[in-house]
Amino acid sequence: MSTTVDIPRFVQAKQVEALPPPNLARGPVAWIRENLFSGPFNTILTLVVFYLLYVSVPPLMKFLFIDAVWSGTDRAACRADMGGRETGACWAFIRDKISYFTYGSYTVSERWRVDIFFALLAIGVGWLLWLRAPRRDLGAIYFFWLFPVFSYILLTGGNADFSGRFWIGFLILGALLVALLAFLAVILKASLRTALIIGGGIVGVIGITLALMDMDFGLRHVPTALWGGILVTLLVATVGIVFSLPFGILLALGRRSKLPIVRMASVIFIEFVRGVPLITVLIMANTMLPLFLPGDMTVDRLMRPLIGTAFFASAYMAEVVRGGLQAMPKGQYEGAQSLGLSYPQMMILIILPQALRIVIPGIVNTFIGLFKDTSLVAIVGIFDLVKTIEASRIDPNWAAPSISLTGYAFAALFYFIFCFGMSRYSLGVERRLASGHKR
Amino acid sequence: MKKALVAIAFGLTASVFATGASAQATLNSVKQKGFLTCGSNTGLAGFGLPDAQGNWTGLDVDLCRAIAAAIFDDPTKVRYIPLAAKDRFTALQSGEVDVLSRNSTMTMSRDTQLGLDFPAINYFDGQGFMVRKKLGVSSAKELNGASICTQQGTTTELNLADYFRANNMKYEVVAFATSDETFKAYDAGRCDAFTTDASGLYAERLRASAPDDHIVLPEIISKEPLGPAVRHGDNQWGDIVRWTHNAMLNAEELGVTKANVDQMKTSDNPEIKRLLGTEGKFGEAVGLTNDWAVRIIKHVGNYGEVFEKNVGEGSKLKIKRGQNALWTKGGLQYGIPVR
Repeated sequence: MSTTVDIPRFVQAKQVEALPPPNLARGPVAWIRENLFSGPFNTILTLVVFYLLYVSVPPLMKFLFIDAVWSGTDRAACRADMGGRETGACWAFIRDKISYFTYGSYTVSERWRVDIFFALLAIGVGWLLWLRAPRRDLGAIYFFWLFPVFSYILLTGGNADFSGRFWIGFLILGALLVALLAFLAVILKASLRTALIIGGGIVGVIGITLALMDMDFGLRHVPTALWGGILVTLLVATVGIVFSLPFGILLALGRRSKLPIVRMASVIFIEFVRGVPLITVLIMANTMLPLFLPGDMTVDRLMRPLIGTAFFASAYMAEVVRGGLQAMPKGQYEGAQSLGLSYPQMMILIILPQALRIVIPGIVNTFIGLFKDTSLVAIVGIFDLVKTIEASRIDPNWAAPSISLTGYAFAALFYFIFCFGMSRYSLGVERRLASGHKR
Repeated sequence: MKKALVAIAFGLTASVFATGASAQATLNSVKQKGFLTCGSNTGLAGFGLPDAQGNWTGLDVDLCRAIAAAIFDDPTKVRYIPLAAKDRFTALQSGEVDVLSRNSTMTMSRDTQLGLDFPAINYFDGQGFMVRKKLGVSSAKELNGASICTQQGTTTELNLADYFRANNMKYEVVAFATSDETFKAYDAGRCDAFTTDASGLYAERLRASAPDDHIVLPEIISKEPLGPAVRHGDNQWGDIVRWTHNAMLNAEELGVTKANVDQMKTSDNPEIKRLLGTEGKFGEAVGLTNDWAVRIIKHVGNYGEVFEKNVGEGSKLKIKRGQNALWTKGGLQYGIPVR
């Protein structure tokens, strides 16, 4: 006998919506519990941090913004006894002195040239740093060749006034260089045509550069003794950063080279430069160097610290890059060699791209350190941003108790914006390049 | 070995000074360059300080402008090289600056041992005291038992010790590393008195939270003759600096000012005639033109004008002439006659 039992069947046709987690496990309350008060230790830490923020941030905000004086023509605005306020920052002082902070003593009627320099620098930096910018190869030529030449002409006025003897010397040297390359090509049985093109190219580029520097564009000469402020800070930092990376890579390769003389020279240079403080190098360059040079021979006073900081940064950069080279597994070298790549090809195509990627944080660290070290040039009497602020804060027209603090707050803001910018940019690059081995 | 090292060191030093001395005829090199390089202070209110446009101003700076005016008839042909106290003399010895005009005290050892000359004294300074008015003190002699704020490791500290010992008084020193900290401490009431060079006292007082509550006591307890320095051995150049300063002093004494110098050229006073070059050839004797003093006065002014504009009543500092008044008015500035 069979009976059919009508079992009620139930088929869930659609997904049941999940119940929301209990109130205590979501929302801001849960976030706070989990992140700020997840245990006695973290609770104490949180409370301490909140207390520190409470005692530091409101007074700082009050000083910098709420109580601040924004306009005024002299110290009266920032003094309680002369009808102003003195509890807050005196931004009127910065507004009054901003052109001095930007250009230093640069001839007033020629300051548009500095503005163009800033614009050119911004274009160059933007072109190279914006990864999707068009024709970044042209950008590199612009930044490393055209931009320095234009900047030199703009800032100094160009018209270097090379003598006829200088040009004759240059032509002889150039011819010698081409001849040397051709000679090497013949000895090494390489293509003579390539050697001639390379030699001619180098001589041509240098020649055009020198000719541009020599040309009279009708710009007034502005001696470097007048340069100052943000102009000098950015100039020293840019020259240091632009020179230190290529020189640092060369030094790092030199230090790992198997050629004894190259290796010794690199090691001596790196260890010597790293072994002395930057201040010593600067003081040597600006105080002692003139004692040893013959009376009529001088090196520009701004040029000396520029060279000093560039060398200094190169030595540090070399060690950072060497760290990256060291971290490359031996297999990479052997793999490249087994493909029949020459040394330059191996380095440029295989090793350096990987090694440099590893050391991006170290490179940016060196750049940031260099950017802040530029303020040391003040010690040798060059008026960078910090020094212009120091000189302005003793101006009797602005004698008020809050002036020094305001000046230093301005400097802090300037340095923070630049260093923080560099740091964020490098994080972005790291993320993009390291997508293959994220940990 | 040690002897050899010492010999090498001496040789180097000697060659260093030889380079300094061989840089004779500074005037010619200045004329050839087309500008004067002037070692200036890195920033001292009233004496050498860049203004909001970046132009250097001050009493010491005006001396450089005066020298440039005497040579080129153009006071702007100066390049200022700001020098810290520790490397100012080296910069002069190495020939990097033609004249050092940054409130340097003339002392015997500096004059005789450093290869320098101090051709003039353009500001007589000295260490003084500032106290709060409500302390009720009117003389430094009444400071027995006072606590005094001063900067560490300076001659100021030593002068202070000498002065109190000589007057058989007790004091308590409160020393700080920088002048900034020192004054802040005084302003906050950490000590009864504040001491530094008198010219600095006036500048610091402006920064006090209530400048009118403080007075500068009349006593000056040390001698700080401040003046320009040049390299030893180039006497012509030293003469130019010395007579630039003296021309400014004589102009003040004779009543020749920036405004009236052109009319004064027609004056019958023989002293004015000699000063302004309408009589005699005094300018040519130091390698300048005979109207050298006219150029100085027209472009920069006489000493009194320069003083008042930079540190005196025309400035925020409001320093009294005091020792820097002309000798005819009880001061020490004595213009040596042009004749």
